[in-house]
Amino acid sequence: MWYLCVFYHRLLDYRKPEVESLAELYGGLQMSTVEWKLPQDHHPDSPFHFVNLPSEDVARSIANRSILVKGMYELWGQGNSYEELEESIKNYPEDRKLPYLACESTFKITVDSFGKVISFQEQNDRIKGLSYIPFQGRVDLKNPENKFWLMETDDHGANNGLPPIVKRTVFFGREIGGADRKRIPTYQLKSRMYLGPTAMDAEMAFLMANQALVTSGKLVYDPFVGTGSILIAAAHFGAMTMGADIDIRVVRDGRGPDCNVWSNFKQYGLSMPVGLLRADNNLPPWRPGLKEVFDAIICDPPYGVRAGGRKSGGRKLLKGAVAPYTVPDDKRTDHIPSTAPYSLAECVHDLLDLSAKMLILGGRLVYFYPVLRDYDIVEDMFPEHPCFKLVAKSEQILSSRYSRVLLTMVKTGPYTDEIAELARIKHLEFKENHLKSLEDGSLHSSVFSPSDPQLSTGPKSWKDIKQKYRGKYV
Amino acid sequence: MRLLTHNMLSSKIKGVSNGFPLRIEVEKVIEKQVELNPDFLKNIFPKVDWKALVEAGRTMGFAELPEEADLLMLDSSEFLSKFHHALLELHLEEGALVCPETGRKFPVNKGIPNMLLHEDEV
Repeated sequence: MWYLCVFYHRLLDYRKPEVESLAELYGGLQMSTVEWKLPQDHHPDSPFHFVNLPSEDVARSIANRSILVKGMYELWGQGNSYEELEESIKNYPEDRKLPYLACESTFKITVDSFGKVISFQEQNDRIKGLSYIPFQGRVDLKNPENKFWLMETDDHGANNGLPPIVKRTVFFGREIGGADRKRIPTYQLKSRMYLGPTAMDAEMAFLMANQALVTSGKLVYDPFVGTGSILIAAAHFGAMTMGADIDIRVVRDGRGPDCNVWSNFKQYGLSMPVGLLRADNNLPPWRPGLKEVFDAIICDPPYGVRAGGRKSGGRKLLKGAVAPYTVPDDKRTDHIPSTAPYSLAECVHDLLDLSAKMLILGGRLVYFYPVLRDYDIVEDMFPEHPCFKLVAKSEQILSSRYSRVLLTMVKTGPYTDEIAELARIKHLEFKENHLKSLEDGSLHSSVFSPSDPQLSTGPKSWKDIKQKYRGKYV
Repeated sequence: MRLLTHNMLSSKIKGVSNGFPLRIEVEKVIEKQVELNPDFLKNIFPKVDWKALVEAGRTMGFAELPEEADLLMLDSSEFLSKFHHALLELHLEEGALVCPETGRKFPVNKGIPNMLLHEDEV
C-alpha cells in the first residue's frame, strides 16, 4: 500500500536510505526494491514523498524508529486547491474512513504547512472547512486515538528554499507514525559528560545505527571508538557494543573516574560496552580463525582533516630511514611504542578487510568517507571490496571545500584468501586512480589552504551539480 | 575486560604462529551484573572458543563451566546463566594477558587491555 511520507527538511540525502534500511529491518524488503513516487510537480528534494510498504504496521515501525520521517500518513485526499481536496476525500473509500470516524473514538486535526506560516485563525478556518468529513468522535487535543493532518505547500511560484513551486498541493491524511526526535535533545553532545574533538552528533549517530540495522542482541563494533559517540546510539537500540582505539588515554582514562567512555553510557542508563580495548586497526589483535562475529561495524574513520589516524611503527622506521629499533628489556613494561601517520587509503583498506572477515553474511558496514567538492564525480569514487555491495551513499556538506559521504555496505559473500588478494589488487588500483585526493595530508591542505583566486573561477563540477540551497545544515 | 573480549584476542607479535589463547594474569577481578540476553548468547555461542573460555573462567575463579558444550545445552537456563556469567559478568580489572609463545605481557589497566605492539614486534 502507498503511504504519504513527509520528511523533516534536513539531511536530504539521508532521508530515503533511512526509510529503505528500516523497511528491510521491519518489512523484510530489499533496500533497492522499495518503491517511491513524487507528488505531481514536486521536486525530488521536496519533503513530500509516497512510499509503497507492505502494511500499516511496517510503516508505523519504520516511522517511529526513524529520525528524519516527520510523519507517515494514510492519504485520504489531495488536490491543488481545497475544492479538489474535498472531491478527493469524498472519493476515498468509505470503509477506509469510517472506522476512524466512529462516535466512541477521539481525534485531533493538525494544520501544517511547508514554506509558509498559517495563522491560528486561518488554521481554524481550514479545519472548519473540513465539515464535509463526517467526524462522529470527540476532539481530544492531548491524547487522541486518531490524528489527522492537513498539510499544504506554498502557493504557485513561491520559492521556499526549493526550486519554485509549480502548483500548490494540499494533503489530508491519517497519521500512522513519526520520528521521536525527543531522543536528540536527550543525547545531544552539549550535555554529554565526555567529549572528544570529533564526537559524532546524536542525530547522525542515530542515522548511522539505523543504516546498520541495529537491534537488540546484535553485536556492533567501532574500530575508532574515541569517546563512544557512535556506540551510544547503537546501545540505545539494545545492541551489545564493542570498541577499539589506538589512543589509550581516550579509552582507558578519559578525563577522570566520572568522565570517560563508561560514564557516557552510564549517563543515559545504557548497558556498558561489552569490550573496550586499545588496538591498532592496521594490526587488529583478533585471533586467527575468528570470523563473522559482528552484526555491524559502524565508524567514522580519521580522515586527516580534524583528526589524523595513527598506526603502529615509527615514521622513520617504516620509511627505512632508521634501523629496526629493539626495546631494551628493562624498559619493556612502560615503553610507549611510536606510531606513524595512517593514510586514509590504507585506513579504509584495512577497515574493508577487517569488515569482510569479521562481519556476518548480510551484516552491514556503515562509515563516513570524505570527498572534496571540486573533485570530479567518477563512477568508482568510493572504495570497493569483492565481499561488499554498496547500498546507500548520502552526502553531508561540511564546508565549501569538502563534504563527507555516509556509505552503507552489505556483506554479500564469504571472505577467503583469494578474495583478500583480489581486494588488495582492487585497492591498489583505487589508490592509483585517486592519488591526488588520497595522498597523505593532501585532504587536509585542500580543505584548509587559502583559496587561489585564479582557480576558483574555473568550473567546479561537484559544486555545480549540487543545489545552492543545500547549505551546511541541509 | 570481559572474557568475551579475551576469547577474541590473540598475540600478533611478528614470528608468533599461534598467539591464542592468551594466558590471564589476575591482579583484580570484579563482577558486574549484566542483564541476560538469551538471543545474544545463542548468537555468539558458535563463535566462542569453548576450551579457552573454560580455562579463562577457571583462572578468574569461576570453575562451573562444563569441559564440553554444544548447541543443545543452550536450552537449559542453568547453563545459559553460567555461560552468561563467565562471558559477560567477570571482569579482569587489573592484570595482564600473556602471549603463550613469547611470554610478552599485554597489560590490562582499568579494564582496558593494551594490545598495541612495540616497534620491534611489528
